[in-house]
Amino acid sequence: MRLGAVARKEWIQLRRDVRSMILAFVLPMFLLLFFGYAIRWDIRDIPLAVLDQDGSPQSRELVEAFEASGYFSVKERPGAAREVADLLARGTVRAALIIPPGFAVDLAAAAGSGGEAGGAAGTDRSAPVQLLLDGSDANTATISLGYADAIVARYSSRVLLQGREVVLPVRAEPRVWYNPTLESANMIVPALVAVIMSIIAAMLTALTISREWERGTMEQLASTPVHRLEVVLGKLIPYLGIGAVDVSIAVAAGILVFGVPFRGSVLLLGALTLLFLIGALGVGMFISATLKSQVLATQAAIVATYLPALLLSGFLFDIASMPVVLRGITYIVPARYYVAVTRGIFLKGVGADVLWVQGLFMALFAAVGLGLATRMFRKEIG
Amino acid sequence: MRADPARVHELTRRFGDFTAVDRVTFAVRHGEIFGFLGPNGAGKTTTIKMLTGLLRPTQGEGWVDGLDIGRQPDLIRRRIGYMSQRFSLYPDLRVDENIALFAGLYGIAGARFDDRRSWVLAMAGLLGRERSLTGELPLGFKQRLALGCAVLHEPPILFLDEPTSGVDPVARRAFWDLIDSLASAGTTVLVTTHYMEEAEYCHRLALMNRGRLIALDTPAALKTRLEHPIFEVRTDRPPVAVEALRGAAGVVDAALFGRAVHVVVEDETTARSRIPEVLAARACAFHGMRRVPPALEDVFVWLVRREGGAVEG
Amino acid sequence: MTPAVALRGLTRRFGDVTAVSDVTLAVERGELFGIVGPDGAGKTTTLRKLAGVLGPREGDAQVLGVSVARDPERVKPHVAYMSQRFGLYEDLTVGENIEFYADLYRVPRAERPARLERLYRFSSLGPFQSRLAGNLSGGMKQKLSLSCALIHHPEVLLLDEPTFGVDPISRRDLWLILHEMVAEGVTVVVTTSYLDEAERCDRVALLDHGRVLALDSPARLQERLPGRLLAVRTNDPRRARELLKKLEGVRRAELFGDTVHLRFEQAAADETRVRSALTAAGIEVLAIEPLEPSLEDVFMELVAGAGNGANEELPDAETSREG
Repeated sequence: MRLGAVARKEWIQLRRDVRSMILAFVLPMFLLLFFGYAIRWDIRDIPLAVLDQDGSPQSRELVEAFEASGYFSVKERPGAAREVADLLARGTVRAALIIPPGFAVDLAAAAGSGGEAGGAAGTDRSAPVQLLLDGSDANTATISLGYADAIVARYSSRVLLQGREVVLPVRAEPRVWYNPTLESANMIVPALVAVIMSIIAAMLTALTISREWERGTMEQLASTPVHRLEVVLGKLIPYLGIGAVDVSIAVAAGILVFGVPFRGSVLLLGALTLLFLIGALGVGMFISATLKSQVLATQAAIVATYLPALLLSGFLFDIASMPVVLRGITYIVPARYYVAVTRGIFLKGVGADVLWVQGLFMALFAAVGLGLATRMFRKEIG
Repeated sequence: MRADPARVHELTRRFGDFTAVDRVTFAVRHGEIFGFLGPNGAGKTTTIKMLTGLLRPTQGEGWVDGLDIGRQPDLIRRRIGYMSQRFSLYPDLRVDENIALFAGLYGIAGARFDDRRSWVLAMAGLLGRERSLTGELPLGFKQRLALGCAVLHEPPILFLDEPTSGVDPVARRAFWDLIDSLASAGTTVLVTTHYMEEAEYCHRLALMNRGRLIALDTPAALKTRLEHPIFEVRTDRPPVAVEALRGAAGVVDAALFGRAVHVVVEDETTARSRIPEVLAARACAFHGMRRVPPALEDVFVWLVRREGGAVEG
Repeated sequence: MTPAVALRGLTRRFGDVTAVSDVTLAVERGELFGIVGPDGAGKTTTLRKLAGVLGPREGDAQVLGVSVARDPERVKPHVAYMSQRFGLYEDLTVGENIEFYADLYRVPRAERPARLERLYRFSSLGPFQSRLAGNLSGGMKQKLSLSCALIHHPEVLLLDEPTFGVDPISRRDLWLILHEMVAEGVTVVVTTSYLDEAERCDRVALLDHGRVLALDSPARLQERLPGRLLAVRTNDPRRARELLKKLEGVRRAELFGDTVHLRFEQAAADETRVRSALTAAGIEVLAIEPLEPSLEDVFMELVAGAGNGANEELPDAETSREG
């Protein structure tokens, strides 16, 4: 009854507070749409400058190969090497392809020697082209380089194998599972749900106890026989409801707006989401009970949830390729487990047989978060 | 003739639907201690804020030292001292650093600064404690130092907004001594308070309730406004007696006052016989009654009730 | 029968500041007990301790025979505490606030209508049930707080400055409710900084700098200053005051409007000496009347007696009040 009373009171207050309602419902949707559209790892139409000093059919063929890939689009055709540098410097183009004079001749020679010997001699009989990249955006540069390498490699193998029938000894046949088209939205949106919810959950609850201390209502509440756990759980319930609604809307938006496939069990996602939310809300509650000031608690909640969720959850950076220390830290970031859950259920359609590990960790978090919050929340002043 | 230190006409201030100050008119005389008395939310602070140029009136007009409060707030600020109900000095500055700061703000320098500085330290009783952190001073000293800083530039008009809130009775009386000596020296003082006892220090009182000025007079004259006689009745069960007397014929009002009951009656002679009867009917022992001069609180309550009662909520 | 409230050697420090120092007192059941003193005297700390919202430290407080330090939660169902600051939810309506506290104290649903009816009659809050608490006037807020405190029929009612900043009419209503509670057998402990209010209590503890200066009924406290106060009205009050200040045997001379209040040293007031001194100075005496000492006079006398001038006043040990 007391639990219900606290929950009911908290819900009424939430409902009447415009700021909280915006934080609870508008902000997560805004973040989802914003990040969902803004973060894209597949890069297309990289502006390219081409300086073709050879002017042969072969050189034109190579340029066409670049354009046909869809990854590059030829924006400029400068007349001299000086201009190339200028275009890169001004940011008009992000990459420049320079085909030196004698490319066609070299190519023919290289093809000939490679075909005959296929040995060590082939290395100095190649046809060099120069690719200049704008390294100030390292990410784009790396990706452009990868694309360019692939285009050039495919082009040279075509030249090399022209008219011959060769079977290469090893050939990889790549097949991408779960996200065959390598759509980055499929990667981002499920993980985004996890990241946004860990931020929102902590920020919502960060205010709840500290506000009562600041407004002086806690002193009155502390003088009643209400149990600490009743206060903590009672306050949790309405936020849990809000969190569940938020996740549902976010999942629906992921499927309907971003076209992300949903292959797993809705029920499993629901159950694990509740576990995750309890943990995340518990963290906010713990912060709120410890700091007793709304401003401090909000800031602490952002630092404690936003950065780790963004950087250490596997959302932006692959956990497996992190330095050991950071990788160790990720184990105490609840979002890490929930990112694995959402990606697993959305894309892989995996079940409880795989995700029980994550479930276990999140349950541990929920228990620790709530335990700490209840421990830190004292019905005492000073 | 010099202009009145402060004069307002139909002064009104609204916040949304809420009328904090409602068509208030008064004039303050030179060298007067002019008190605003009323509960929190009566409009005292809002009135002071309009006079000191911190708030613009919604309607009506006002002049401080002949200057228009709506148009010349900057000029007014140079002619007045102001001490707010919130402690306004910097707690992390030392006593002399706070004095130097206010001197800087008012442009007081050289020999005059030395002179005024010593005066403030002496009046606040802080000689020898110039290096103390202001925040660590006892409240009574803080309050006197704040007053000293507010009158550092020797303003002809001084505004004090609940200056003694939370101060103990000893320090409170010392504070009023200071105010009184400032007034004797010619400073006009406008002061707000919600302590009825304290209001007796004022020369004239403006009683405010829910934004309205309900009476303006000297404390002594205000007490004569209550046209009905007041009896102090002693009994063993005052609350029961109050309840019984409130409905009785010939009784205007009854209220607890200390351990006694103050009974406002229509007529002295009938009351003398009626009151013991009413008490006896409710089995309250009658320990005696005597006619007493009304306290300011009696007057305040009576005036509010006569105005059609307090609009609660 | 155990006393309703018993404090033994209660001490509470905040850092270097001793807010309450070795306070020992007992409040009988059904008593209306006042704790009086200026800000920082230790009133709030004492009350918080009794309400079980301060951590266990030195000294013990017993409420209804139960140690608050050892078992605060066992005390709470029988006690109601009303904090100095408005402690209810401003974004909840009057009705919702009362309902919330009824739930917290597990007031049976069947009993609620009758209790609510009574509280609404007491407080005249009935017509405002669906108004947000934040939109009530100061006096109404206090009545709402009191209603929430009374919903579970507490045996002990602890009120921290319930009338601060409240208009005189609401203040009278509040005191009437307190007296009715006492008449029903509830023990009421109330703090106030208005010394005139303290006169309404059965017994009063005068607190200063965390120590009890005196504890007695208001009448007995006032008897400590017999015949030592005079009210002198003259045609030149300021000059009269300056003159009388220096008169031998006069401890204090204060100006209240046009009247000088005189407080004499140990000996009784000497009306003739005052009159002759004034007349000699050419000041016309309009009236000289004996004054009944107020609790404030007693308080000032005791503070002076304790060698405890304003100089030793404590910095704000308690949470400062909202402005």
